[in-house]
Amino acid sequence: MTVGILGLQGAVQDHFAHLKRCGADYKVVRDSAGLAAIDRLIIPGGESTVMAKFMRQFHMLSPLSERIAAGMPVWGICAGSILLAEIADGAQGALKALPVKVTRNAYGRQLDSRIDFIEIAKFGIPHYPAIFIRAPKIVSAGPEVISHAIYNEHPVFVTYNRVMATTFHPELNNDDIFYDFFLSL
Amino acid sequence: MEREKINKGFAEMFKNGVIMDVTNAEQASISQEAGACAVMALERVPADIRKDGQVARMSDPAMIRAIMASVSIPVMAKVRIGHFVEASILEALGVDFVDESEVLTPADEARHVDKTKFKAPFVCGARNLGEALRRINEGAAMIRTKGEAGTGNIVEAVRHMRTINEQIHALRGQNSHEMAKYAAQNCVPLELVRQTFELGRLPVVNFAAGGVATPADAALMMALGADGVFVGSGIFKSQNPAKMAHAIVQAVIHFQDAHKLAEISQDLGDAMIGLENESLDVKMAQRGN
Repeated sequence: MTVGILGLQGAVQDHFAHLKRCGADYKVVRDSAGLAAIDRLIIPGGESTVMAKFMRQFHMLSPLSERIAAGMPVWGICAGSILLAEIADGAQGALKALPVKVTRNAYGRQLDSRIDFIEIAKFGIPHYPAIFIRAPKIVSAGPEVISHAIYNEHPVFVTYNRVMATTFHPELNNDDIFYDFFLSL
Repeated sequence: MEREKINKGFAEMFKNGVIMDVTNAEQASISQEAGACAVMALERVPADIRKDGQVARMSDPAMIRAIMASVSIPVMAKVRIGHFVEASILEALGVDFVDESEVLTPADEARHVDKTKFKAPFVCGARNLGEALRRINEGAAMIRTKGEAGTGNIVEAVRHMRTINEQIHALRGQNSHEMAKYAAQNCVPLELVRQTFELGRLPVVNFAAGGVATPADAALMMALGADGVFVGSGIFKSQNPAKMAHAIVQAVIHFQDAHKLAEISQDLGDAMIGLENESLDVKMAQRGN
């Protein structure tokens, strides 16, 4: 099994050590040919505008949408969750693979970025240190979307079929809990 | 400690991207449209600062505010080396990152800003490992090569990146006594040297800066191990800024693919005019310690 990491911009290499510890092969994906060679995909944190622009320009949007529709697991982190969303900032999302509405930079600028503890009952963790960096907010979610963690009344960790999104950054923590879960999807 | 983690983590998000110098809201929008992952607000690009030869300071807050209002990507801005009041003004404006930069005229010849006192993250320039670790020890969340800004000449950025790489590599052969001596000579804690040795790289994100003028320059710096690239004068001093900006971003993505780089590099119009190092009156890289 090969985990792809979308390598158009952002915190790509931050996933390597986690995936190595989990015993997963991984590969950075920078074009549509690369998409064909992977079994699941992580869309990393970074700038969603940059990633959306080049996914479009490099003709990656429809092949990726098709793979996701056919059941390929995908995990969007922060910017990645914006790309997966059906609606982002009131407009059509890039991949529309997750029936949620998100608002970008909803908590403010970098000075408003923070670490806060959230409860993740699914993992049996009462206080997980979630790192929110210029984070987006999931303002509403379809009835089929499962929310696994809430922060300030909004879901911050959701799944929908084999699509997963976190608005915070598990890749910046040392544990592999989220990776084990993603690899089991 | 918590702020340090949030700020270093934020720098991770810039990786594999291009941060562009802009002097007004219009240039900021062009940069965002071209695929910049952040913009750096400053009054004049380094090539003009070099030409004018006047004291260069922090930009007008009104200009920085206008840029912040015009784009959704992060906005950075520059302060003079050691000018902690300019830094506090930028923090009050809410900029996302502060660049304590040798491109502006230094305010303090002996001291850099104590960056641990700020909530905002800082990026600083470095020519070698000792300088990079001193800045990190002062609280910098991100490092960039100094290069020689405003010249369109990549040679200094290459020198600084290679020097840092070689000095990290050299730590491998050292026993704990030698490492302690290295730490003392460079005025940095041993712990930071040890961490660098164990990681085999700087413990924070390290960008290339100073002299990037073409897509090939950007790809070269990525190939030398840069996490991403700052482009100063190279975009808005080129013949076709939007096209050049877009090409440089793509070159950072595809830095390992020569066929794609050939496509990306063609028909861009003239790059900025380059200056030979020997012809310079001011070597900005020598500012700071």
